[in-house]
Amino acid sequence: MARKLPAKDVVIIGLGWTGSILAHELADAGLEVVAIERGPWRNTATDYPPGYVADELRYRIRHELFLRPEQTTFTFRNKMDQTALPIRSWGAFMPPNGVGGGGVHWNAETWRFLPSDFVLRTHLTQRYGAGFLPQDMTIQDWGVTYDELEPHYDRFEYLCGTSGQAGNLKGQIIDGGNPFEGPRSRPYPTPPQGQPFSHTLFGKAAHELGYKPFPQPSGNLSRAYKNPLGMRLGPCTYCGFCEWFGCGNYSKASPQTTILPALLRKPNFSARDNSEVKSINVDGSGKRATGVTFVDTDGNEWEQPADLVILSAFTIFNVQLLLLSKIGKPYDPVSNTGVVGRNFTHQTISDVTSFFDPAKFIFNPFIASGAIGMCIDEFNGDNFDHGPHGFVGGGYVGQVQTNGRPIETAPVPPGTPRWGVEWKKAVKENYQSALKPGTGVHGSMYSYRDVYVDLDPTYKDRFGRPLARITMDFHDNEIKQNAFLTDKFAEIFKAMGAKQVVREYRKPPYDVTKYQTTHLCGGAIMGTDPSTSALNRYLQNWDVANLFVMGASAFPQNAGYNPTGTVAALAFWAAEAIRTKYLKNPGQLINA
Amino acid sequence: MIHRRKFLLSATLWFVGTSSLTHASVINGHMPWSPFPMSPPEFERPGPWQFFTADEAVAIEAVVDRIIPPDPETPGGKEAGCAVFIDRQLKGPYGSGAGLYNLGPFIKGTKQQGPQSPLTPAELYRKGLAGLDKYCKASLGGKAFAQLSSDQQDDVLKKVESGQAKFEEVDAQGFFDALLKDVPEGFFSDPIHGGNRNMVGWSMIGFPGIRYDYRDWVHRHNERYPHPPVSIAGRADWTPHKS
Repeated sequence: MARKLPAKDVVIIGLGWTGSILAHELADAGLEVVAIERGPWRNTATDYPPGYVADELRYRIRHELFLRPEQTTFTFRNKMDQTALPIRSWGAFMPPNGVGGGGVHWNAETWRFLPSDFVLRTHLTQRYGAGFLPQDMTIQDWGVTYDELEPHYDRFEYLCGTSGQAGNLKGQIIDGGNPFEGPRSRPYPTPPQGQPFSHTLFGKAAHELGYKPFPQPSGNLSRAYKNPLGMRLGPCTYCGFCEWFGCGNYSKASPQTTILPALLRKPNFSARDNSEVKSINVDGSGKRATGVTFVDTDGNEWEQPADLVILSAFTIFNVQLLLLSKIGKPYDPVSNTGVVGRNFTHQTISDVTSFFDPAKFIFNPFIASGAIGMCIDEFNGDNFDHGPHGFVGGGYVGQVQTNGRPIETAPVPPGTPRWGVEWKKAVKENYQSALKPGTGVHGSMYSYRDVYVDLDPTYKDRFGRPLARITMDFHDNEIKQNAFLTDKFAEIFKAMGAKQVVREYRKPPYDVTKYQTTHLCGGAIMGTDPSTSALNRYLQNWDVANLFVMGASAFPQNAGYNPTGTVAALAFWAAEAIRTKYLKNPGQLINA
Repeated sequence: MIHRRKFLLSATLWFVGTSSLTHASVINGHMPWSPFPMSPPEFERPGPWQFFTADEAVAIEAVVDRIIPPDPETPGGKEAGCAVFIDRQLKGPYGSGAGLYNLGPFIKGTKQQGPQSPLTPAELYRKGLAGLDKYCKASLGGKAFAQLSSDQQDDVLKKVESGQAKFEEVDAQGFFDALLKDVPEGFFSDPIHGGNRNMVGWSMIGFPGIRYDYRDWVHRHNERYPHPPVSIAGRADWTPHKS
């Protein structure tokens, strides 16, 4: 039996980036806010001390900071006629856990989506005609525009101190930045990070090929920075232990380094860690959330009543909690009805590994940050004419190699035996002169009728609740897109002087054991029509007016960028709508 | 009001400590603060085998020395401590499959669905090493793997790798895949885990370990980084009184 806690104005489920942003904005508006986080509290200085955090085995290979599959996992299958099986150890993506969420161990690649990404179906239909899109592709407009989100992107970048070079300042194109980006109202708060040898060489070769290379926007800071909340960050030391790791140097923007210290000073905010929300409770009308029920790690069950519920867990857990709480109609791909679980996407990633003459190239690959590198955006979104190519979508490509950690990054040329004398010799010869960007081709994944999330009929979590079931495969459109991008990317490495360039195309079927990124998107998408979206343009649930759902689960499809910038911009956008519209008149903000 | 969570100091529990075994707490007023690192690393010392039996230890030391053979410049897997590394890993949470989803039913699926075996890494090694010696004895005149010549050992491992050699109790290829993951991890992980002894793996390739601050080096292009590696435990020549 759950023990009932005193009611709060707001309960926040999950204290990562979006939970921290919403908690701060709503506590700032004077509301009593409690955040409930499944994982432990984490602290910059004592959880990630530089003296031992650079431990590749512990953090990268054994996944110390991530959710344990035994806590909960997902089942997976490629096609609807297969039996889904549980993901027993993580592979294709890495769900976060603990205060700060993925914001603790992300790369801090801080991108904005293109203006056309937010009106994707309208834009592509106008340019190419509806017949150009595959029939089963279910892409949608977001219901919010780039111009509306711009001030919120700006807020997040200035919260983080993002290091980068503007390419489009209020419509004026600036040399050295990304000329394809939407207009930004201000330059980045700090200049770009320094670029090591291989990243610089990539930029030079790309420029000589006629592209417009630019430094990747980075939440690992180029210099010391004090943010608008008074939090201070230090300059990144290029230690090469960034993504998968926490930064004890206060150099990586995270909820801990940018928000939480200010948030915790507010007397009207509190957090509960090691506590997992089991359900969002809804009253008899089904239209109003009454709060949440959660269980702590000692097994105590609690009920937290609240007037407003913010669901801000990781993408797929948002979808799972909606399904388990019976909020919104579950998606059914056969009848093509329902909304929860719909338009689930990931990313289309591939890589190029290249080998240079060891006598001429010393790259020191261990000198890097998580968001280091030079990129080009010529082949992202609809920045190029897709007409001749027969696919839509794209991505940035770049030499964005983040590390020379030797368990992960010791490339050998194809044909080398996997062990023994020859393997050892090849590792030694190529370590300093081979390049492996990791996620060099960062392609979009658009949504399809048969790619979705529902509840598994067989496998359960430790509480006996059904696991979320992922049905996902790559479609021809993404495979064509990836081949095109990978070839373009490989040409640049050839131009850099590589003696051998190995293209590692993304091929179907989707493989849950191969790491791509943790950019799972969709499943509780925003939109303009309650029959095809779970949330309105303010991330408010169409059915339950006092429930707002944050995160990449709101993306109707995924673009060719890392999602965090857009996730955070949407969080600020929703927070503003709650503060300026919802609190004055609690109820549905959009009457559909 | 702060109810601090309890900190786990137990050597074997740090790996899972931050999830299910810590207590929930309510945090407000200010950032929770406790002095000293939250979960400092464990140091694996040389010494008796903790997981392997004497026979298994003989076999695994021979195996790791063929996966990564010694050469005139760099020691092989045995001298680098790869077998000790695997021993300590199998004794710990990795060996028992701690943290993995282990509820049934266990059904063989497609390759894209990932491993579905209920076998833990510890069980895989126990059966795999026994299977290897049994295979060698049956096909190579009664000799165990470690008693074979280097060339014979390589030949056996190639047959295991290709699927030509089969073990009775366990998937031989699956065992070999685990070796190809675990042995290089022992060669390249921080020496605190028992392998990469004297940072020989890092020295071989020029990886500086946890040097941490390269601000002076980010703009020095195509120039070899000159400093020797540093481990989480420091360097032997910094603390000559310790081994």
